[in-house]
Amino acid sequence: MRGGAVMSVGPSSTIVLALDEAPVFHPGETVRISTRHPVGHYRVPFYLRGKVGVVESVIEPKAVDNEEESFGRNAGSRRHYYRLAFPMTELWPGYAGSPRDGLRIEVFETWLERV
Amino acid sequence: MTDHDHDHDHRHAEVSEDAPPGYYEIMETAIRELLVEKGMFGADEIRRQIEVLDSRTPALGAQVVARAWVDPAFRARLLANGRAACEELGISFYDDTQLIVLENTETVHNLIVCTLCSCYPRPVLGLPPDWYKLKPYRARAVSEPRAVLAEFGTRIPDDVEIRVSDSTAMVRYLVLPRRPAGTDHCSEAQLAALVTRDAMIGVVSVTLDAGGVRQ
Repeated sequence: MRGGAVMSVGPSSTIVLALDEAPVFHPGETVRISTRHPVGHYRVPFYLRGKVGVVESVIEPKAVDNEEESFGRNAGSRRHYYRLAFPMTELWPGYAGSPRDGLRIEVFETWLERV
Repeated sequence: MTDHDHDHDHRHAEVSEDAPPGYYEIMETAIRELLVEKGMFGADEIRRQIEVLDSRTPALGAQVVARAWVDPAFRARLLANGRAACEELGISFYDDTQLIVLENTETVHNLIVCTLCSCYPRPVLGLPPDWYKLKPYRARAVSEPRAVLAEFGTRIPDDVEIRVSDSTAMVRYLVLPRRPAGTDHCSEAQLAALVTRDAMIGVVSVTLDAGGVRQ
């Protein structure tokens, strides 16, 4: 079910998933955090904008999108939410610690771009 | 404990709040009163929620850690789904958050932070310490974690990965520290007494002198 649109459940039947029902990204995929600066309450720290990381896992269940919730828009709607891994050296040029050091963070699907 | 273990034969200053309220304090009061006025919730619900928060302390997290140290099956469930494993011990998650438990090993040391605000595993640790909410910790924990750890007296060898987890919205973290050597004889309760709040944030390790093992 890569791509998430059609899931085969038997030899002769297929189930079509609604848009946004399945996560777009999968563990191991490389993603970039979009560089956007919308006005409002966003749960993506500035230091991540434009950075490239790897999907470590998809958080289950889908989480309430508090970026929309905070403005009362589509209250209670849930979005796919990913745990991402970034090397510290990707985030901070001249990082002083070990090159093994890393960051983990959760980001809503709306902020992820395919690389 | 206070330093007032004496008879009160002298005068004390009246306990009062004299300073004018700040901007955010006024805003909080105004919004709270508006919400109560509009019937969104009542004073009883506010008091109840304060009681909920007051009932959560690092002692709960310490029980979770000690159980994970003595019970490998529980440890596996805790690492698979932190929230469900805590709920097994009666620790409820009243705030609709998930919990990821991060295990420290010989090769990985975990540190938690919330750079955006003060996300913290309150259901299992209670209120965060003040330094956790201040900008110096929040900014530096993600950019120079080794320097921050050194200031807490924690030196992590270069061949051990520092893994910083930054809380953003719906997931909270709890560090499962390494069980110190020389604790084979300890009961689960004695182990829990060794586990400090700071160890579950990841700024220190668990040591034998942290809580004092009574034998």
